Amino acid sequence: MKTTRRQFIKISSLGIGGAAIAGSGFSMIDFFNLKSKKRTYDLSELNRYPTYCDVCFWKCAGWAYTNKAGKIIKLEGNKKDTHCRGRFCPRGTGGLGMYYDKDRLKTPLIRVEKDGKQSFREASWEEALELVASKMKGIRDKYGQESFALIKHGTPGKHFEHLFNAYGSDTIAEPAYAQCRGPRAEGFKLTFGTTVGSPEATDIRDAKCIVLIGSHIGENMHNSQVQELSDAIDRGISIITVDPRLSTVANKSKYWLPIRPSTDIALLLSWIHVLIYEGLYDKPYVDKYCSGFEELKEHVRHFTPEWAYNITDIKPKKIRDSAREMAKASPAVIVHPGRHVVWYGDDTQRTRAIAILNALLGSWGRRGGFYFKEKKKIPNYPHPGYPEPKWTWKDLNKKYPFAHSGITTEVIRASIPGVDGEHKVKAWMVAGTNLTQSIPDKNLTLKAIENLEFLVVVDLMPMEITGYADVILPECSYLERYDPIRSSTFRTPSIALRSPAAKPKYKSKPAWWMAKQLGKKLGLNEYFNYDDYAEVLDWQLKQIGTSLEEMKKIGVKNFERESGALYLKDNENYRFKTPSGKIELYSKKLKDAGFDPMPIYVAHAKPDEKYYRLIYGRAPMHTFSKTINNPYLNDLKDENFIWINPRIAKIWNIKRNQKIWIKNQDGIISKFPVKVRLTERIRWDSVYMVHGFGHDNKNLSRAYGKGASDSDMITNIKTDPLMGGTGLRENFITFLLDNPHKNVEL
Amino acid sequence: MRYVMVIDTLKCVGCSDCVVACQTENDVPFGYCRDWVTETVTGTYPHVEMELRSERCNHCENPPCVRTCPTGASHVAEGGIVVVTGNECIGCGACIESCPYDARYQHPEEGYVDKCTFCIHRVEKGLKPACVSVCPTRCMYFGDIHDPNSEVAKLLAERKYKVLAPEAGTKPRIYYLI
Amino acid sequence: MKEELFISGRHLEKIDPHLEIWEFPISLYLFLGGLAAGILIFSSIVVLLNKEDKFPSAARWTPILVPIAIVIGLLALIFDLSHKLYVWQLYTTIRIESPMSWGAWVLLIITPLSILWVFSYIRELFPRIDWKFSILYRFESFIKEHKKFLATLLIPLCIILGIYTGILLSAFNSRPLWNNAILGPLFLTSGLSTGAAAIILFSKSQYEKHLFSKIDILLIIIEIGLIIHMVMGYYAGSEAHINAISILMNGDFSFMFFVILMGLGLIVPLLLEVFELLGLKMSVILPALLVLIGGLVFRILMVEAGQLTRILY
Ligand SMILES: Nc1nc2c(c(=O)[nH]1)N[C@H]1C(S)=C(S)[C@@H](COP(=O)(O)OP(=O)(O)OC[C@H]3O[C@@H](n4cnc5c(=O)[nH]c(N)nc54)[C@H](O)[C@@H]3O)O[C@H]1N2
Ligand SMILES: Nc1nc2c(c(=O)[nH]1)N[C@H]1C(S)=C(S)[C@@H](COP(=O)(O)OP(=O)(O)OC[C@H]3O[C@@H](n4cnc5c(=O)[nH]c(N)nc54)[C@H](O)[C@@H]3O)O[C@H]1N2
Ligand code: SF4
Ligand code: SF4
Ligand code: SF4
Ligand code: SF4
Ligand code: SF4
Ligand SMILES: [Mo]
Repeated sequence: MKTTRRQFIKISSLGIGGAAIAGSGFSMIDFFNLKSKKRTYDLSELNRYPTYCDVCFWKCAGWAYTNKAGKIIKLEGNKKDTHCRGRFCPRGTGGLGMYYDKDRLKTPLIRVEKDGKQSFREASWEEALELVASKMKGIRDKYGQESFALIKHGTPGKHFEHLFNAYGSDTIAEPAYAQCRGPRAEGFKLTFGTTVGSPEATDIRDAKCIVLIGSHIGENMHNSQVQELSDAIDRGISIITVDPRLSTVANKSKYWLPIRPSTDIALLLSWIHVLIYEGLYDKPYVDKYCSGFEELKEHVRHFTPEWAYNITDIKPKKIRDSAREMAKASPAVIVHPGRHVVWYGDDTQRTRAIAILNALLGSWGRRGGFYFKEKKKIPNYPHPGYPEPKWTWKDLNKKYPFAHSGITTEVIRASIPGVDGEHKVKAWMVAGTNLTQSIPDKNLTLKAIENLEFLVVVDLMPMEITGYADVILPECSYLERYDPIRSSTFRTPSIALRSPAAKPKYKSKPAWWMAKQLGKKLGLNEYFNYDDYAEVLDWQLKQIGTSLEEMKKIGVKNFERESGALYLKDNENYRFKTPSGKIELYSKKLKDAGFDPMPIYVAHAKPDEKYYRLIYGRAPMHTFSKTINNPYLNDLKDENFIWINPRIAKIWNIKRNQKIWIKNQDGIISKFPVKVRLTERIRWDSVYMVHGFGHDNKNLSRAYGKGASDSDMITNIKTDPLMGGTGLRENFITFLLDNPHKNVEL
Repeated sequence: MRYVMVIDTLKCVGCSDCVVACQTENDVPFGYCRDWVTETVTGTYPHVEMELRSERCNHCENPPCVRTCPTGASHVAEGGIVVVTGNECIGCGACIESCPYDARYQHPEEGYVDKCTFCIHRVEKGLKPACVSVCPTRCMYFGDIHDPNSEVAKLLAERKYKVLAPEAGTKPRIYYLI
Repeated sequence: MKEELFISGRHLEKIDPHLEIWEFPISLYLFLGGLAAGILIFSSIVVLLNKEDKFPSAARWTPILVPIAIVIGLLALIFDLSHKLYVWQLYTTIRIESPMSWGAWVLLIITPLSILWVFSYIRELFPRIDWKFSILYRFESFIKEHKKFLATLLIPLCIILGIYTGILLSAFNSRPLWNNAILGPLFLTSGLSTGAAAIILFSKSQYEKHLFSKIDILLIIIEIGLIIHMVMGYYAGSEAHINAISILMNGDFSFMFFVILMGLGLIVPLLLEVFELLGLKMSVILPALLVLIGGLVFRILMVEAGQLTRILY
């Protein structure tokens, strides 16, 4: 197979858009001719096609409108949809740009080597898929199909998951676990026996108080959550925000607690202390549903607000007042579990503390707290059973007893010879995730890629990860394809349809088609017993009492609940899905596995002098790295800034909008300069950046070289010993005022 | 009838959905916008406050842009909406110079001056302007201030509000709840 | 600290970070308009006073510049329009409140009048011109007979034109630097001064040169006075006004203001002209040229600096 190192291919003269790769003389106006001279349309002339948004994972349902000429002209939310209530967020509205982006991948590409120089050449689908299928067979014959891993995210993942399971590999992982929600899933499961789901089962609609701990709703634009919180502001909800930065929502809060980063557990413990020792907790609820209260009470005896003050920087009075505020609203109070919670490696324990706090406030299963979520079960389209793989992602996760999903970083480690244990993984398919931006410690990822025998990437855009591929398969955008029926947990079950509003542009194809073709080539025909995915959808929809035809008209269908009431009834006997059937304040499971049965605070590293903690988050108009090149959203925000407190800037003599470079504790220097935002909205010991910027693939004409990548600076991973989450926030950076790359060609 | 917009700064999250929605609805060229979002931060850490505002043409009651327009292209239409008739506009820029809010621009392809129309084409059909109907926080309200039962009239009666640059004397008709 | 930013990335071309809607052509247009007005006013006065032979440059030679200046000015204006093909729309309506509108109309009237003005005597300067058609000869003598009437018409029109060049800016409350009633008289004075300078340049008569030097001295003194008055006015104004004037006083444009406009454009020619009058042997060409350049610089300065100032953000 491959002998030479896989070079990152920066610009190929072939393929990836060819001439579309623009340099500086790029004209904003004519780079796509969406703009017909003057678009005068009559609203009644428009056609609409149902879809659900793919710009993030909230999956809001809506409509793609086309004009008489069949051009998609705008996207709007579906009024019947609980996820969006008729309104898309800015990214959803601007999702149009994913379809129109001229930088899109246009044709399958295959890596070739000529005179030691690697580049991509355009290939036919037949050739590209044949190559992928032959590699899949090759890996199967040589190492067993389990050695071919699938790293995926989002909807394309579903189709390839099916392919991989049919092929016999369950070596599958996605960044949504160990880089995102994993710790909270485990922390809540350990406490309540269930997860909070997605969309989270937070009953913001009826809450009187909400506590946001590093969860920046409003910048984190998860749609119905933002909408419900806004309605709640009208109702006078009191918001308590714990964030080292005056986030947008912190500014709307009754209490903003600008915490010293990494000390949240101390604050949580002292809140628990106040609730218990001031007798503010929901006693009947705790007596009836919780176990381990006495142990907890003893455990937090010394965790007073005064104790926490020295750690967190938050005045004891503020800690007490905010705890009382929560208690006042109890049980209509939500201590939000957050979503991206891989911070400091003790994250499962931190989310445990959050879960415990919720339990004391009696919010789980109560109106205005957490409702009992439900979703519609969609039957699988008939196919033979999957073969049993000899080993799966579970075997790679062995070090982490509480991991319940594939850990990307473990798949990555297993791809490198000599890194803990066996070198089991030999090839990857990467679909819908830009690994070099989303997985910390980029060098580890690159090292794994170097050692792979084969890498196939399925993507929409020429993202960084495609530069390392042997084969690139261009997927069409979500506006050009069918995808699986959306069915997520919510107050009431609902389903939504994604149907194509236009034909795939260029030579791109939907993932289901690729999966089916590959299946055919691998002799797995019986798993793909349909010509068009529409058949699968129609079959499934008919099983649940509707049809593709009906769904094309309505887009969303809401169903009645079947699992019982939304909340606990008074004094209802309820068995939680924990071993004890109770909410486990004290976790025997953790104790038995050798971990702290109740969360404790352990101090984390502090920045050295002239170093600052790098914290990051979302901008409401972007999703990670994937929307930065979107023409609509790029227009709103085309670069990120590094937020520096003016007091710190003064010491450094750094001015507003000055371009600086940043360097982390491991000597990693940002590839591009980033502009300074001087702002009082951030603490002195930290700097803040919006995640996703600093693209270094020149094929992204709008995003290339704009801003800096937070991911590049994250080389120190604090791994969660319970479930393998990759804590990203123990990285410290310093400023370089002069161009460190002056003599180096980028 | 007098159309106005009321925007609740206490709910706005600065997401800029109003800007994208306007762009797709009104085919605003890339690099241009009819509305935009500003952030003002005051105070010193940790006593900091900020205000987020979605801004656009204020459809002023006393619009200098209309007064300074030499051709009458800029004019006040039904409901007090200030609009530009593209093929009466010579692109002299007088209205741009006279608008204290910098709410107008020269259309890069067409040459005439363009700005927020309060989505008159939607309003005529009984719809809300695109920005208002998309705003995820529902912090924007649109309606007839002369109708005492309208949402906008009620909000202005109940809540504290401000307008931008009142000193310019233009009598702006976008109100910010504070 | 107060921080103010566009978070939806507004970067409208020619508007952010500050206006650049009106560029050099507009400054040139204002300058040429003022110059034309200045020349015609002097010319008309000379005609009304029956002093055409004493002041040949003012009466005959320099006004030839006027139609040329106006046409170049109008071309510059059209060049600056972004929707040029629709320029005729200017003449479908009269909008009293729009300086741009009545400026356009005044120019529409002055341009043919100024051509008639020149037409009436051009054969005296260039006797070989032959109108070919008798009707033109008859027309020429008709105008000649009514020249005083034409002069009485031109003086107010030109005063309007001169003031207009200033009011075009001062009508814009939204640009604090322009928001000043003095700009009208100031630009008129400056226009007269440049007119006088042009007359000096084209004059061969020592007498005429001297008289117009004296006039120019007076005008420059008035102009300096008005400028000082204007600056003081800003300092007495709102914060926006103070910020606005500081662009000239100690900002991006202070070199242009103090050295080029005040120094080379006003004080140096003033001194040179005074020395001249006091009998020192000096070139009269140099101060006249400086005044003309100063006049243009003044317009550029006001147009560009004014667009740097805004009320919001
Ligand atoms: N430094 C840092 N790292 C992080 C985070 C952080 O905040 N900071 N956040 C973490 C979190 S919470 C998460 S959930 C993950 C997210 O991680 P990812 O999901 O990997 O996020 P993106 O970087 O946006 O990559 C998405 C990829 O999908 C591609 N894509 C988009 N649409 C389609 C499509 O229709 N089909 C196909 N095949 N591909 C498509 C895009 O072009 C892009 O390459 O990142 C995690 N990593
Ligand atoms: N617009 C937009 N919305 C999104 C996404 C997107 O890409 N764009 N992605 C979606 C996804 S997949 C996820 S997982 C969520 C993530 O959204 P959240 O879970 O809300 O956000 P995070 O990115 O984890 O958190 C960022 C916040 O944590 C604060 N912070 C940093 N360090 C600390 C600390 O030590 N303690 C405390 N208390 N706070 C700290 C930061 O200042 C910042 O305000 O967002 C979702 N929503
Ligand atoms: S929250 Fe926004 S980006 Fe995410 S699915 Fe909904 S509309 Fe799309
Ligand atoms: S859409 Fe609404 S919340 Fe978002 S910036 Fe505009 S006004 Fe604010
Ligand atoms: S905001 Fe500007 S453009 Fe709009 S009416 Fe007022 S002055 Fe005219
Ligand atoms: S640019 Fe057009 S709308 Fe504006 S003042 Fe000139 S003619 Fe009127
Ligand atoms: S009212 Fe219409 S034109 Fe005006 S900003 Fe809103 S969407 Fe744009
Ligand atoms: Mo995430």
